[in-house]
Amino acid sequence: MSNATKAEPSRRDILFLATGAAATVAAGAAVWPLIAQMNPDASTLALASTELDISAIPEGQIVTVKWRGKPVFVRHRTKQEIEAAQNVPLAELPDPQADSARVQKAEWLVVVGVCTHLGCIPTGHEGEFHGWFCPCHGSTYDTSGRIRSGPAPSNLEVPDYAFLSDTKIKIG
Amino acid sequence: MTGHSTYTPKSGFARWLERRLPILGFIHESFVAYPVPKNLNYLWTFGAILSFMLVAQIVTGIVLAMHYTPETTLAFDSIEHIMRDVNWGWALRYAHANGASMFFLAVYIHIFRGMYYGSYKEPREVLWILGVVIFMLMMATGFLGYVLPWGQMSFWAATVITNLFTAIPYVGNTITIWLLGGYSVDNATLNRFFALHYLLPFVIVAIVGLHVWALHVTGQNNPTGVEVKDIKKETVPFTPYATLKDAVGLVVFVGLFAWLTFFVPNYTGHPDNYIEANPLVTPPHIVPEWYFLPFYAILRAIPNKLVGVIALFASILIVAALPWLDTSKVRSGVYRPAFKKFYWVFVFVSVGLGYLGAQPAEGVYLIAARILMAYYFLHFLVVLPLLGKYEQTLPEPRSIAASLGEAATEEKPHA
Ligand code: HEM
Ligand code: FES
Repeated sequence: MSNATKAEPSRRDILFLATGAAATVAAGAAVWPLIAQMNPDASTLALASTELDISAIPEGQIVTVKWRGKPVFVRHRTKQEIEAAQNVPLAELPDPQADSARVQKAEWLVVVGVCTHLGCIPTGHEGEFHGWFCPCHGSTYDTSGRIRSGPAPSNLEVPDYAFLSDTKIKIG
Repeated sequence: MTGHSTYTPKSGFARWLERRLPILGFIHESFVAYPVPKNLNYLWTFGAILSFMLVAQIVTGIVLAMHYTPETTLAFDSIEHIMRDVNWGWALRYAHANGASMFFLAVYIHIFRGMYYGSYKEPREVLWILGVVIFMLMMATGFLGYVLPWGQMSFWAATVITNLFTAIPYVGNTITIWLLGGYSVDNATLNRFFALHYLLPFVIVAIVGLHVWALHVTGQNNPTGVEVKDIKKETVPFTPYATLKDAVGLVVFVGLFAWLTFFVPNYTGHPDNYIEANPLVTPPHIVPEWYFLPFYAILRAIPNKLVGVIALFASILIVAALPWLDTSKVRSGVYRPAFKKFYWVFVFVSVGLGYLGAQPAEGVYLIAARILMAYYFLHFLVVLPLLGKYEQTLPEPRSIAASLGEAATEEKPHA
């Protein structure tokens, strides 16, 4: 500030710095709520889990349930579908993951039904690999919900879920 | 540029006000006495047309907001309520929806005008960049508004566009959840989109203010690209000359606007948007509004998510770099025979990308989109920088007056 040859910090410099630091913290504290209010609110977070009776789903069928506002596909896979999913060499996959790592019981595949490209909902039993086909930009998924071709970068997400009994699952 | 006359307040009240807030003088200098090159053609009326459209959108938007409800279970019905029950509601909504289309039509003509006549060149770089900022704000506003009717296209456009942010490495998901206020497009999203759709047009008004300020500092470009040398001889006062010419352009433009609004009000829209949003069903064919199609084609042309999103944003931002990418010393395309050809190829490529954006992203369409996209970027990154170095340009006229053959001794421009 002054003609600082070998500046001893003055009382004024200290006050200046302290005020500046306090003002910065205060500004941050004031801005934070303005930003954080946009994050999911308590009522959205509370919609934690969904339960589903799977006994009514015949082999080969896919049922869609809503969880956190998004669709979740519960697919009762056929023998051929399971084999197709298990027998692909991992090296052929854009996002390599073994089928066994994606299911708890081989007959039941549970995945979030949101295309990992830009969020459309893929249609079941379609596309080259008979898993899913996304109508938006043409991504195809296999019977394990793994990405096989198209712009989507990764496999359909497997949500947290648990078998409450042989006929009941809880998602989330 | 300073003008033909300086303002002298006539009434007592004007004199009183002028000493306290010189707003009348400011208006007079800016829109009455302001000197306008006298060789401007009708492409120069689009600035006034754009100003009119901005006001039209704000006025129709505010009255629509008096009847619209930004809540997921009510939004779609409130639009139908506007269409069926509200007095003149159908006209106001159709005017607002088609107004957005007309606004974009005008801005595209305005931008391509600037590209042809080199209006972005020194000393108008800041003016040009402010224009690109306005364009981006318009795109944001148009997108946010399109979500409000809460139809199927609204919902899935919101989903696809907000998911663009998931492409950002590491923090993409966190940012997207923050933008949405949830794990998917839902009530929190609709509500904030309405708040922002209401806000952004006023931000645009502010930036338009800066844009016009910058314009009035540098003065307008003109078809010859040669700066005004003699204000007396080469310019006319804004009022009545430009005011009336702008009025003629506006009347024709509003005629087209009225035809769209009253005769084919759903022509630019998509029928699926009359189906209420359903988060569990994606329509088989998602297409954005026509004014986003070229950019959508670029997004889809690239098989990698992150690169696709980068290309999309780059295709818009690169326009702001034009003043530095075009290295030619000659401003107007009129005196650049090679540039002229590339310019029209570029126009064709841009329109072609728009066409492809509406087609399914497969087979020949996809290949064509890739070729056109590559050319789009080459035009900016290779063609323009090299043309400036190697092109044989025609001699520019010595002045605007000379180009009009007013000084008989001057040489003719097209020698
Ligand atoms: C830059 C100017 C603006 C543009 C480009 C724009 C664009 C749009 C678009 C494309 C729609 C969807 C129309 C449809 O498909 O039905 C829309 C809807 C809407 N806009 Fe705007 N808008 C602008 C300014 C405003 C302003 C200032 C308001 C004031 C609050 C507003 C309020 C609304 C409302 C309430 C809707 C829902 C009703 C409807 O869909 O017609 N807009 N806007
Ligand atoms: S959203 Fe599925 S391919 Fe783009």
